Amino acid sequence: MINVALPKGRLGEKVYDMFEKSGYECPSIKEVNRKLIFENEEAGVRYFWVKPSDVAIYVERGAADIGVAGKDILLEYAPDVYELLDMNLGKCRMAVAAKKDFRDNTENTLRVATKFPNIAKDYYSKKGRDIDIIKLNGSIEIAPILGLSDVIVDIVETGKTLLENDLEPKETIVPISARLIANKSSFKFKMEQIENIKNSLKAQVKTDD
Amino acid sequence: MFNSNILKNEEKAVFALRSLYRKYGYTPFKMSKFEEYDLYVRNKDFLVSDSVITFTGMNGKLLALKPDVTLSIVKNTKDLPDTVQKVYYNENVYRVSKNTHEFKEIMQTGLECIGNIDTYNIFEVITLAAKSLEAISDSFVLDVSHIGIVSAALDSIGCSRETVKKILTCIGEKNQSGIEKICDENNISAEDCKKIIALVSTYGKIEKVIPELRAICDTPELKSALAEFESVCSLLVSSEFSEKINVDFSIATDMRYYNGVVFQGFVENVPTGVLSGGQYDNLMKKMGRKSGAIGFAVYLDTLERLNLVEKKFDVDCVLLYDENTCPADLADTVNTLVAEGKTVMAQQNVPENIKYRQLLKINGKEVDELENND
Repeated sequence: MINVALPKGRLGEKVYDMFEKSGYECPSIKEVNRKLIFENEEAGVRYFWVKPSDVAIYVERGAADIGVAGKDILLEYAPDVYELLDMNLGKCRMAVAAKKDFRDNTENTLRVATKFPNIAKDYYSKKGRDIDIIKLNGSIEIAPILGLSDVIVDIVETGKTLLENDLEPKETIVPISARLIANKSSFKFKMEQIENIKNSLKAQVKTDD
Repeated sequence: MFNSNILKNEEKAVFALRSLYRKYGYTPFKMSKFEEYDLYVRNKDFLVSDSVITFTGMNGKLLALKPDVTLSIVKNTKDLPDTVQKVYYNENVYRVSKNTHEFKEIMQTGLECIGNIDTYNIFEVITLAAKSLEAISDSFVLDVSHIGIVSAALDSIGCSRETVKKILTCIGEKNQSGIEKICDENNISAEDCKKIIALVSTYGKIEKVIPELRAICDTPELKSALAEFESVCSLLVSSEFSEKINVDFSIATDMRYYNGVVFQGFVENVPTGVLSGGQYDNLMKKMGRKSGAIGFAVYLDTLERLNLVEKKFDVDCVLLYDENTCPADLADTVNTLVAEGKTVMAQQNVPENIKYRQLLKINGKEVDELENND
């Protein structure tokens, strides 16, 4: 039995469709209810919906053998897992954004508001820039408007939210997409099944060109 | 003498492993709980984490609670020509837990083989690693690899240290797309990129992997590292553990500590590696030793939840008594029940949070049953 942690939401639904096409169907998952765990004993698969930022934890700790998590989560938490496939889904980028008229005054410590303190720290330490991290859990965009921070480090998909809040992306830190991850120990004992899933998903991954 | 039911997984493993290592001539190495902090400052690169618990000793020297065992063992061994010192240990180490960001006590057992290391010694240590895993669980996998192959492959590409570090991270993650991206960003040729990707995509049984490796080992350094690896692999293939051993380069990413053969053990239903080891001549050189060394550690704390079965009862009988009960009668009754093979807890009142099979009450020399949950 392969345990799969799927991220709740639209991305997770797309990912499930890919698993279904690979022969790991579980029709009950499409029923409208509040259940979180779905199993198809015949296909040897059990899915569970978890918060996208928790997928890596379930996989790292072995509650799930495999899962699909955003590269942002993998960079932020650095879980000890295998990253088997770039699924080329949920594409966006981690970026620095600020007010349109923002000018980086290197005389002062740069105040950075973010949900991703490790990614921000790593990015600015490579640049040798002294920063003050302000860890927020949501509505990051209002931090520069209220003067709480100079810039924000956040995920930018279309840039629409930024624009509506009078902000704009200034620098791209890293492109983000969904990744197939596997628990290292599970991979050793369920290698054939995990390999099959990986190869079959790989065949469905849409390339950009 | 011991009822194996009362021993925890890690305790059972300690007994089994101690007896195993003794059979192969390894002698116990007992070390002090504390070590001079200076040892860790000088060899910081070799520690898993920088943080060490320190305190000042009675003579004013800064001491530390051991974060590592190997450094202490190497420090206490001498270069003896043409001999090999074989020791095993069972010690607690203190490291920062990645999850709680706090210090954690980790029970570790393992062995070290120090001196003029030859192919037999390497084979013996890997076999003992496999036997250690077998003592813990029937379902185990031992991954083996060779740092020399990874390091020669990366040297042949000639990229910066920063890039090498990033590639090693990707190898550890089996992250093929990550390697392709790094190669693309650093103008690494398609042929070289293919060579690195082969290290990620080539894994499995020794007989399958070795021919695939021969195809990518095209420089003298790569060929020599592969020849060294093959000499050990040829012994492993014909050993009793050939079906349990896989070649996997995702474990060969720590070039500061290790240099030759490295290995990592996994047990089914434990989400992390339970055993890790390899050849660490680099550390020996750094500590001024001429000889080589190979060893491994078993992380016993990871076994705590292995095959954990919730106990139905904490105790067979709770025996109630009151202030009028004669202590001698009570002692006799308790001993009689114990002699019947039962576990007994004598209490004046029913204890909270204790699951008992029978609730008994002493009545003079008689015992009344008040409750039976069987």
